[in-house]
Order: sequence, then structure tokens, then C-alpha cells
Amino acid sequence: MLENSPPLLKVSQVNKSFGGLQALNQVNLEVSKGHIVGLIGPNGAGKTTFFNVITGLYRADAGHFLLNGHDYNPVAVEDVVQAGIARTFQNIRLFKEMSVLENVMVARHIRTQAGFWSAVLKTSFAREEELQIKEAAQALLNYVGITVGFHQMAKNLSYGDQRRLEIARALATQPMLLALDEPAAGMNQTEKNGLRTLLEKIRNDGTTILMIEHDVRLVMGLCDQISVLDNGRVIAAGPAEQVRRDPRVIEAYLGKSGRNA
Amino acid sequence: MAILDSKRYAMILLLLGVILAPWLVSFAGGNYWVRVLDFALLYCFLALGLNIVVGFAGLLDLGYIAFYAVGAYTAGLLASPHLTNHFIEMKQLFPAGLHLSYLLILPLAALIAAFFGALLGAPTLKLKGDYLAIVTLGFGEIIRIFLNNLDRPVNLTNGPKGINGIDPVQVGGLNFGKLLQMGDWSIPSVILNYYLFLFLVVGVIVMCLRLQQSRIGRAWVAIREDEIAARAMGLKTRNLKLLAFAIGASFGGVSGALFASFQGFISPETFSLSESIVILAMVVLGGMGHIPGVILGSLLLAGFPELLRSTVEPLQKLLFDRVLIDSEVIRQLVYASALILVIRFKPNGLWPGVKKGC
Repeated sequence: MLENSPPLLKVSQVNKSFGGLQALNQVNLEVSKGHIVGLIGPNGAGKTTFFNVITGLYRADAGHFLLNGHDYNPVAVEDVVQAGIARTFQNIRLFKEMSVLENVMVARHIRTQAGFWSAVLKTSFAREEELQIKEAAQALLNYVGITVGFHQMAKNLSYGDQRRLEIARALATQPMLLALDEPAAGMNQTEKNGLRTLLEKIRNDGTTILMIEHDVRLVMGLCDQISVLDNGRVIAAGPAEQVRRDPRVIEAYLGKSGRNA
Repeated sequence: MAILDSKRYAMILLLLGVILAPWLVSFAGGNYWVRVLDFALLYCFLALGLNIVVGFAGLLDLGYIAFYAVGAYTAGLLASPHLTNHFIEMKQLFPAGLHLSYLLILPLAALIAAFFGALLGAPTLKLKGDYLAIVTLGFGEIIRIFLNNLDRPVNLTNGPKGINGIDPVQVGGLNFGKLLQMGDWSIPSVILNYYLFLFLVVGVIVMCLRLQQSRIGRAWVAIREDEIAARAMGLKTRNLKLLAFAIGASFGGVSGALFASFQGFISPETFSLSESIVILAMVVLGGMGHIPGVILGSLLLAGFPELLRSTVEPLQKLLFDRVLIDSEVIRQLVYASALILVIRFKPNGLWPGVKKGC
């Protein structure tokens, strides 16, 4: 872990409303390079909205966005990926009718070049690049722990492996920041442990992670920093121990919707 | 090893079959049936083009025939006496008539059609499914109505009367519109055209296969599968969709030019909505996105109606001594029920792509 490293992602004063509903209210977030940062909060707190805003799926009403020291303007998700933030989805969105391998190969698109004519003429450049894409995709699948069945369709994978495949696909875009929307949702304890090992490995290999997660135990054990959202506001931010004791956090969880504690 | 050998064996048989087909057909049923084969190849060309848009990129296009029309009129205007007959300036420029080489016309038809493809694509990028289908349907009709009415104020397309006297393809000394005499051996024009179309269709198949296995082909399929996820992987869906529209349209353009050269005459009524639907049916029936399936679909749907046309009436005469139901009616009936049966029992098409895994 790098202490006192400059923030990789710094967003401040983010507002977003849907009609009369203020979903995000002056939200600030800092993600330090080399950290795993958790974003928690009760249901409806605005976590996914916030995620969608920083990854360019929703347009913020206001806010400053800084990635790796450069301004970035998250108005289109494809540009955000190019800038270096890749994401997964809460309700897994794989390319279901493509093979496991192809799912990852697709994500190499923005880091490769072969165009229409080199594809049609099958130039040596296109062939070599295609080979590299394939090798990179295979390596990534092994990295996340999928070792067999590269040619079966993505929809046939087990639930846990679908989550892993989504992570591999996001990693294939070579992001600086990997943004995971509830990666452990629906997993059993064994799968969660495996996920935890994987995320630690990804962090240790140099990719910063920002994740939304409901499983407080997983978040507390895994995350270097935690931000807590409630009613569209950040009510606490800091290391796990500090956040855990924060009376506002306890109130948000136990006082308003105790189910999530 | 044995599998490889049998595969190669099958390929050689297929090749032989495809090369000998027009001779066998001509021998068995006369040149009318070779014409049917020629048209089947043109439809195959069209279906492969539409497959890029509908099958790969998942964009439902109901106006695809418009690009066929654009290609046909490109050839019709550049390789017929029409322009020189109606425009005195053209007559002065080309006193011998405007007869551009097809080596120029075919790429030009591809380019112009691609331009129209992108033109249609640009305003429809945000539309999906039914909405896209309706806009493309409208576009197809717009093109046809323009062709139908552009005989006034200046006679550009000759309106509903169509354009006549379009040159056949001529490459070097070889004229595809005439009987080729080689000593005792002669090859009729329909068979020459068969080989020309075959050559181009094989080229198009190779193009499609290579595109499918490329970075671009994968990106198209990803857009078809989940556009949001595709964008979240950084795909510029706007450019990729435009590319799909343009390439699909260019195939339509080339086949349109070939059609004009083969037929020698074109008129707007050829390019009706029902033709767009027939081509879409070929793609859907064969197996969307799966190239061998699309080829099968186009050959079946192009040949089948002709087969019915020629058998239904004689059969009725044989059974009942007179024709009870017009062959056209039966043709529509059988055609429709065949489609319904396929949709009911093989919803992914007759020959869908191999479903991998369990």
C-alpha cells in the first residue's frame, strides 16, 4: 500500500437530480493510487447513481472530475474507458452469446488498431495483432481464475465465473481504476473469499479499485478507505476502523434501515 | 486426419458442384433455370450485405433494397444512352454515348451506396429495434419514390418507365452479354454471368468471414448483444454502426449494378418494400449472423418460388385436369407457411451458428 500517494481519482461537489429527487448532493470522493476504496451505504443512498456519473453513463448536473491529475469530463462512458476507468455492472452485463474468450477480446478493442481494410486483406499486421489480442485475453482469463471452457458461451458460465469474466473484461481495457458495482452480490462465502483474493491481487499488481459493496464484512476487511453515502450525501470517509465507529454511519445503517447492518 | 481428409473431400465436391451447376441446370431445364441461379447469386450477395447490418451489428433494416436501387441506377445512368439522350451537354461530351467500364462502375456503385448507407445511418444511430425498422422502411420508400418521380423537371431517372439499354459487363474483350464462342465450344451469356456473380459472391463471402473474425466484427456483435456494455468497454458505437451501415450498403450497391448490367433494364418498381422484406427473410430464415446459414437462406428463398411457379400448375392439371388455384397464390401461401414453420420450430434459423458449450 502506498501511503500519502496523490489521488488517482478526485471528484468534488457532484450534484445529480432526477426530477425533484436530489440523488447526489455535493458528493466528494478521493481514491488514492494503489488503494481499494469501498463505497457503502443503505439501499437508495445513491451509490450506483454516483458510479454511473463518474463512469459517464449519467451526466452530472455539476461537479469537478480529476483522474490521475488531469481533468476529465464524464459525459460518455466510452470516453471514460479511454481515459482509464473501466467498470462492471451490478446486474452482470456480459455479451451472452459470445464465447468467454471473445468477451475479453472485445475489450481489447480500444487498445488495438486494425481497421476495416487490414481485416479484409488479412494483413500481417492484423494477423499479429489478432494473435496478441487472443493471447492477452487468455492470460487475463487465467489471471482472474477462469482456466477452462474459453470457447463456451458466456451465459453458460457459473454465476461466480460470470462475475470474474466481467472483471477480466474490464481489465482488458487496461484501466488505471477498476470500478466494480457490487462484485460480491449473490456470491456464497467461498466465492467471496476467492473474490477477495483476486481483488487484492489486482491491487497489488497496480490497478486501483473502487467498489460498491453491500457485504460490510468484505468491505471492512478488504478496503483501504471507505466512503459512506446516505441520502445522496457523503456522511463519512476514512479507514475502515474509523468509519465503523462513526456514529452517523451507525445511525444510517441501524437507525434507518437496520436490515443492512 | 481422417476428418481433415473428408472435409477436404467435401470442399472439392462442393467446388465441382458449384462450377458445374449452370451446365447441369442448363442441360436439365434450359437457360431459364440458369437465370434463376444467377438471380439466386445476386440475392445471396444482397443477403450477405444485409447480414452485416442485421446479423452482425443487430440493426434491423427494412429499407435495404434502397442500396440495391442506388447501385442499379448508378450503373443505369453511367452505362446506358439515357443521359446522353436527355441532356444535350452530355451528348456533346460523350458523342458515342456514355459507356463507362464496369471496372469503374462497380467500385463507384459501392462508394455511392456506402455514402447513402452512412446517410441513413447517421440520423438513426440512437434508434433501436422497431423504431429503427420504421425509419429504414421509410428511407427505402423515399429512394423508390424519388426514382419514380425524378423524370421531372429534368429527366434524371426516366421515372416509372425506367432506364433501358444498359450495357452488359465487359471486361477486356469478354462481353458478358453475348454468347462466347471458343472453337466448337460456346458459353451462353447467362452462364458467363453466373461465373461473374459467383466470383464476386465468393469474394464477398471471404470478406464477411474475415470481418467476422476481426476486431471490428467482434465489436459489432458486442453492440448487438448489449450496447451499454459495449460502450462501457470503450467501443465507439456510433462509428461502428455507421461502418456497418456503409459496408452493408456497399454490398447492396455492387449487386444492384450487377443486376442492372444483367437485366439491361431497370425501373423503380423492382425496388419495392416487399423485396426488402424478402432479403430480410433470407437472413432470418437462414440464421442471422451465420454466413453459411445466410447463403442457404438466400439460395432457398430465391429458388423455391421459381420451383413452385413451375410445378404447381402442371401438377394441378395432372390431378384435376384444370388449374384451380393460381400458382402465384399458392406460391405466397407456401412461402408464408414455410416462414411461419421455420419461426415456430427453428427460431434461430435453419442453419444457425454453432452454439458452443452445454
